[in-house]
Amino acid sequence: MIEVAGLRKWYRVHRREPGLAAALRSLWHRPTEEVKAVDDVSFSIAAGERVGFLGPNGAGKTTTLKVLAGLLHPTEGRATVAGHVPQKRERAFLEQITLVMGQKQQLLWDLPPSETFLLNRAIYDIPRAQYEETMAELTELLELGELLGKPARQLSLGERMKCELAVALLHRPRVLFLDEPTIGLDVSMQATVRSFVRAYNERFGATVLLTSHYMEDVAALCPRVMVIDKGRLIYDGALQELVRRVRPDKRMVLRLSRPVARAELEPLGAVVEHRDAEAVVQVSQEALQAAVARALSSLPLTDLTVADPPLEEVMRDLFAHGRAA
Amino acid sequence: MRRFGRLYSQLLRTGFAEAVAYRAEFLIWMFSTNMPLVMLAIWAAAAREGPVAGYSQRGFAAYYLCTLLVRLLTGAWVVWEMTMEIRQGTLALRLLRPIHPLLQWSADNIAAIPMRGVVALPVTAVLLFFARGELARDWFSWLLLCPALLGAWLLYFLVQAMIGTVALRFESAASLFEAWLGFSNILSGYLVPLDLFPRAVRDVALWLPFRFQLSYPVELMLGRWSRLQALELLGVQWIYVAMFLLATRAAWRSGLRYYAAYGG
Repeated sequence: MIEVAGLRKWYRVHRREPGLAAALRSLWHRPTEEVKAVDDVSFSIAAGERVGFLGPNGAGKTTTLKVLAGLLHPTEGRATVAGHVPQKRERAFLEQITLVMGQKQQLLWDLPPSETFLLNRAIYDIPRAQYEETMAELTELLELGELLGKPARQLSLGERMKCELAVALLHRPRVLFLDEPTIGLDVSMQATVRSFVRAYNERFGATVLLTSHYMEDVAALCPRVMVIDKGRLIYDGALQELVRRVRPDKRMVLRLSRPVARAELEPLGAVVEHRDAEAVVQVSQEALQAAVARALSSLPLTDLTVADPPLEEVMRDLFAHGRAA
Repeated sequence: MRRFGRLYSQLLRTGFAEAVAYRAEFLIWMFSTNMPLVMLAIWAAAAREGPVAGYSQRGFAAYYLCTLLVRLLTGAWVVWEMTMEIRQGTLALRLLRPIHPLLQWSADNIAAIPMRGVVALPVTAVLLFFARGELARDWFSWLLLCPALLGAWLLYFLVQAMIGTVALRFESAASLFEAWLGFSNILSGYLVPLDLFPRAVRDVALWLPFRFQLSYPVELMLGRWSRLQALELLGVQWIYVAMFLLATRAAWRSGLRYYAAYGG
């Protein structure tokens, strides 16, 4: 569904120092430098896959998405989406894709969302029966009922994002590019958006490429992740494998019937957290079995669970040390 | 074609709903189109002792009221929208839809005409009351006024759109448009009738596109031309429309290659 080979997107940007003297100098001398936003990226995504696109700010995630959505012309390389070259922006291509940007909105600001739905119905030439069926589904899944008649400017951020998603999916696109779709939303709204995206993917077999700084989005939605840093793809594979490579250690979460001294925990491994009757201990993969046995025999346990390190920590380590490759 | 008709009528409905939502701002903006009335006051004073270059006080009244009407009915603001959307990155959302953004902006501009009527109707009433005798008597001039007004609006819209495409590459086109507007205000007859220019300047101005944006429809309303001459001028106007359409199309395509889609 998505094929990318040797993709490069470089920008030339003007650089200048702060201050009046630099401003005056820039009148006749404007030094520029080349920024490699995306640098020789290749990957392939099959129809119906859900893929997370991870990377720090400025890594090249959004630029790649914009190239795939046909907004940017690549500097070099080749990309095809649903058999089309994105930058040609053919109607048949645009009818099959959508790009949801958490920080941008396509709802008409001073009009109720229902006006934007009608506009998109005309733009995508959606037959009345399909429009009514889709609207009924979206209204139920996203609980849009009362929101459709209020001016968009009067909706809360979460309500607006639900309407944005509905507008973006009204034409039933086969490829969803989601750029930070849950940014700024509260925990419950994030969960609503995640379950909706998953339901849409399963119902229509749509391909999903998602960027998010909320690791829960990625963990809940994307069995496969791609990691980009400084414009280069440094990992492409299963999320669990990435975690194993970057942070091979495990975490024992201990719940105790009475508080214990830190010294009693230290023989198990590195104590990450310790407060009253709860503790988290970091243990290497090889030492895990022995540590569990020791904890069971030596501590007043009420519960013991073994988990991977939090994804946020995995990502922090990954970008600090570049260890995925 | 039916599909296009359905699409454009929905675009017009949406554009009208937006114009109504912004009605207060819109009316204030239209009332700021008052330069013809200022110029009328100046030239009417100058013509108190007798006609100036063939214009009596009533003649100037007819000219400037017609100018105001044409400007109200052919207004466009697409260059401002383009510049703002390019700088804020919201153009990206328009580009994702299978419709040319210029088509959507054109509908937004046309859909505001009923709102413009709120101001244009009283101007028409005043025109008919004070200067009826100065207006064209041949129905053919009034018939040609419809395509002439459409051509004038298209010229104004397309020139703005073409200048707006500069922002795709340089993030702003406002200064360039201001410079163009300066020439346009003088050479289109907006500030001073072209008849009042020195002959050499007038002879050039009569063949420049600025004239066909404003002066030509005003000349039709004032009945300045025979049927044949009026038709010839309409042909010239639409040749300019075709040229600007092609130029805007090329500028748009070229600009998109440089569009950086900043923001978001």
